[in-house]
Amino acid sequence: MAEHEHPSELQYIKVGIVLAIITIAEVAVFYVPPLAPLLTWLLIPMMVLKFALVALWFMHLRFDNKLFRRLFMTGIFFALGVYTVVIVTLVTKTSNF
Amino acid sequence: MATEAHAVGQAHEEHHTSTGLSNIKMAMWAFLGSECLFFGALISTYLIYSRPSRILPGTPMPSDIYDIPYTSVSSFVLLMSSVTMVLALAAAQRGEIPKMRLWLLATATLGMTFIGGQIYEFTTFAHEGLKLSTSTFGTSFFVLTGFHGAHVTVGILMLLSLVGLSHVGRLEQKDAYKVEMIGLYWHFVDIVWVVIFTVVYLMT
Repeated sequence: MAEHEHPSELQYIKVGIVLAIITIAEVAVFYVPPLAPLLTWLLIPMMVLKFALVALWFMHLRFDNKLFRRLFMTGIFFALGVYTVVIVTLVTKTSNF
Repeated sequence: MATEAHAVGQAHEEHHTSTGLSNIKMAMWAFLGSECLFFGALISTYLIYSRPSRILPGTPMPSDIYDIPYTSVSSFVLLMSSVTMVLALAAAQRGEIPKMRLWLLATATLGMTFIGGQIYEFTTFAHEGLKLSTSTFGTSFFVLTGFHGAHVTVGILMLLSLVGLSHVGRLEQKDAYKVEMIGLYWHFVDIVWVVIFTVVYLMT
């Protein structure tokens, strides 16, 4: 099992600094009026990046057995599936959505 | 980026299971996978019921009441608690119990700061006219963020339990997997907030 090497404390702190910088960037983007039409397209990649950094580095999915990653990803895909079905149903079946 | 091998204690010993992996860790990941569905459903519900066409006229709109600078600080606090949590795990795996206890207490303190901020936010919203029964927006918002807050509260209690166990000598290097399991739960509530902060607050 390739699950024996973990990052050093310094690497964890570096990841924390990156997360803080992304959070500052998210809030900064929110307050720039010319970027308002692009807000969703700017915020979603930053959110995904933060999510991935925490899951891969702090939750050790990058270093642990792949089975754990698959278990977690299954939950995420099902959650996205539920969301997609609900939105499609509402858009196609209701008039005032 | 180079990595360094740590003495990782019992958590990473070979396990005598059919997969060779820890059953506890497998169960925790399966639980977290199911929690993705739970929060996915709540976030979907919020997105549907917070649309302007579905909010009763005369009741608060999301853009009227959200205080982005305030919530940004709360989000930052919770995000940093993930750093202190992973440092607690690193200390536990090296057998540095006093250092681990310090990081666990720091994590619990940051979690309590976040919960205190959420209680203040809920109180402010109630004073501004948004309650659980005001509108579908209010219901979906309070249910989503309230359930997340409940998860954080459970996490704080587990962190304090770990601190208590270490004080009575029942949390040593060989028990680092306990810190790892609670750490996984804690990081999960953090990444759920990463999504909530962006989707609920910033994209409104």
